[in-house]
Amino acid sequence: MAQDIIIDIRNVSKHFDGKVILEDINLQIRKGEFVTFLGPSGCGKTTLLKIIGGFKEPDQGSIYLNGKDLTGVPPYERPLNTVFQRYALFPHLDVYENIAFGLKLKNVPDKEIDKRVRKMLKLVSLTDYEQRDVDSLSGGQQQRVAIARALANSPQVLLLDEPLSALDRKMRLDMQIELKEMHDKLGITFIYVTHDQEEALTLSDRIIVINEGRIQQTGTPADIYNEPCNSFVANFIGDSNILNGTMIRDRKVNFIGHDFDCIDEGFGENTPVDVVVRPEDIYIMNRNDSCQFNGVVRSCTFKGVHYEMFVDTEEGYEMQIQDYNAFEPGTEVGMLIKPQDIQVMKKDCVCNSFDAEVLDENHVTFLGGRFECKIPREFKAGDTVCASVAFDKVGLMDYADEGELVGRVRFPLYKGDHYHLEIVTAGEALIYADTQEVYDNRDLVAISIAPKDIKISAKK
Amino acid sequence: MTKKASWNLPYFIFLMIFVALPLVLILIYALQDGQGHFTLSTITRFFSDGDSLATFALSLEIAIETTILCILIGYPAAWILAGRSFNKSAVTAALFILPMWVNALMRTLATAELFNMLGIGLGKGTLLCGMVYDYLPFMIYPIYVSLSKMDKSYADVAEDLGATPFQVFFKVTLPLSKPAIWSGILMVFMPTVSTFAISEFLTNNKIKLFGTIIQENINSSMWNYGAALSLLMLVIICLTKVLSEDEKVAV
Repeated sequence: MAQDIIIDIRNVSKHFDGKVILEDINLQIRKGEFVTFLGPSGCGKTTLLKIIGGFKEPDQGSIYLNGKDLTGVPPYERPLNTVFQRYALFPHLDVYENIAFGLKLKNVPDKEIDKRVRKMLKLVSLTDYEQRDVDSLSGGQQQRVAIARALANSPQVLLLDEPLSALDRKMRLDMQIELKEMHDKLGITFIYVTHDQEEALTLSDRIIVINEGRIQQTGTPADIYNEPCNSFVANFIGDSNILNGTMIRDRKVNFIGHDFDCIDEGFGENTPVDVVVRPEDIYIMNRNDSCQFNGVVRSCTFKGVHYEMFVDTEEGYEMQIQDYNAFEPGTEVGMLIKPQDIQVMKKDCVCNSFDAEVLDENHVTFLGGRFECKIPREFKAGDTVCASVAFDKVGLMDYADEGELVGRVRFPLYKGDHYHLEIVTAGEALIYADTQEVYDNRDLVAISIAPKDIKISAKK
Repeated sequence: MTKKASWNLPYFIFLMIFVALPLVLILIYALQDGQGHFTLSTITRFFSDGDSLATFALSLEIAIETTILCILIGYPAAWILAGRSFNKSAVTAALFILPMWVNALMRTLATAELFNMLGIGLGKGTLLCGMVYDYLPFMIYPIYVSLSKMDKSYADVAEDLGATPFQVFFKVTLPLSKPAIWSGILMVFMPTVSTFAISEFLTNNKIKLFGTIIQENINSSMWNYGAALSLLMLVIICLTKVLSEDEKVAV
């Protein structure tokens, strides 16, 4: 229903220094919703919040509030208030004056201010703290004052920029519950930014997962957790086993060397897919006939509520399993996965393919590198062709002079028996690579590809 | 005496000889008449001497005016220097710092010559001009430091809460830089109230300041009265210090 939409983000893009911060963001937020922007640091979530608050202008697109375009409206004229990451309480004012700051600017009568400030203090459980110096408050108390200060103006939407990240864990959990209660009590729209998936799952009505300036998935916490739409979301939210698989036909998928029944349909036959199985969804037991696959426990760690085990399967895959029962390392165990716990996802791509130019009979150039390869007769120098390289044929070297191209590792993903990496080249192009070696986010690698592994075909 | 404490000894001796002893001597001289008898007559002489009182009042007036002018010129200058667009401009910073490289007396003499060349008569106007010129950096510097270190999120929060840029300045930025303004006031007011060289050069001795009288008395060997006047000035400076202490001075 259109009249329910309070904030409408249309085609918002933001670039900085030639880098994409946000790319064509479209999002509608309903009145009274608790929406969370979730993503790793640098994904653009805070920039999006600042654009909504008016502290940054988008390069393209607009934000609409109740159908009104906010482009060019300065922050002080927007009926939104922000709780900043660093609380930034005014040190020259006491608690009362901090909360009353916005109301005084609006020339609200003193009596009204007094009533409102006291109500806010009660809301954040800081009654009797009126005259306290803000420096004398604990981190949690400062955070409460910051929230009270933002809420005192009765904003239509409250923006929260990682407000709990500076608090210790216990305090953070308490504040999460309080924030949720405040939201229920006040009924105003909350837009919350965090990199903490647990926090997002606890608080939100709806989660917007953002990565690399793009919305990856939008949905309720349960949707996002149970049905991640791609391997990034699956990896970022909660623990998971992400594996390469093949959709044999509807409701039948093969991975880790076995066929499994599942509930997914419509992928076609023999289609390569990504498969996600949450660690708590794998049943582990002593070997018996009902097990679908077998393995040996490699490690077992007590995690409070459950035990976390890593099991090496007979086919050479590593599975992460959480269970209330412990199996000692070395134990031979059997495992079982129920059809509804297998989440099948379409692969973004199954093979690297680049636009390449033929240089001579046995050289092509792509992504700014020069590669040797066998070129079919029909192509001549100067032709534009398609060069494809399988993920596991991309060779990674540690030293820049060992390869034709240099790139930075992004988002390494463990897939049970190998790592799947995204490598961003200097020219911002993406290469996917499968490797046995362990690389960290932002590691610098050189890329070399053997001549026989580059397949040249006509450009589509 | 521990090993570490013994390191303090040279400093302690220095402090005694060059700081404590002169202060004690000033006190002793101030409370003596010419014949070495203890008396309060030097002090009472000052309060019954109309000329001295008038000079004293003028000195205070000049110092206060200089300080106010320094704030009015220095704050915007510091604001511009601390602003984003000028932050990296070494040229702008150098323009303010460069005069400091020249000896203060040379600068004052040069300023006097400049006024002569321009045909501007030396008097109170030129005196204030010279004072502000000499002491402005002492006002700019603490304010500049405070503004450039100030967390930008305070301004963001204020704007978020509905403050126009004008209100952000008067409700947040200015109050937060108040301690720095107080440091600036101390650093400008204290030396200006006691200066004599600038008034001598920039008014051709037409205007006498309190510092000038002290210097004249001591030059004409009237040590006791000179010391008494110095003591009075110390009291004044102490008073400003104590008054500003209430304002959480950040030096």
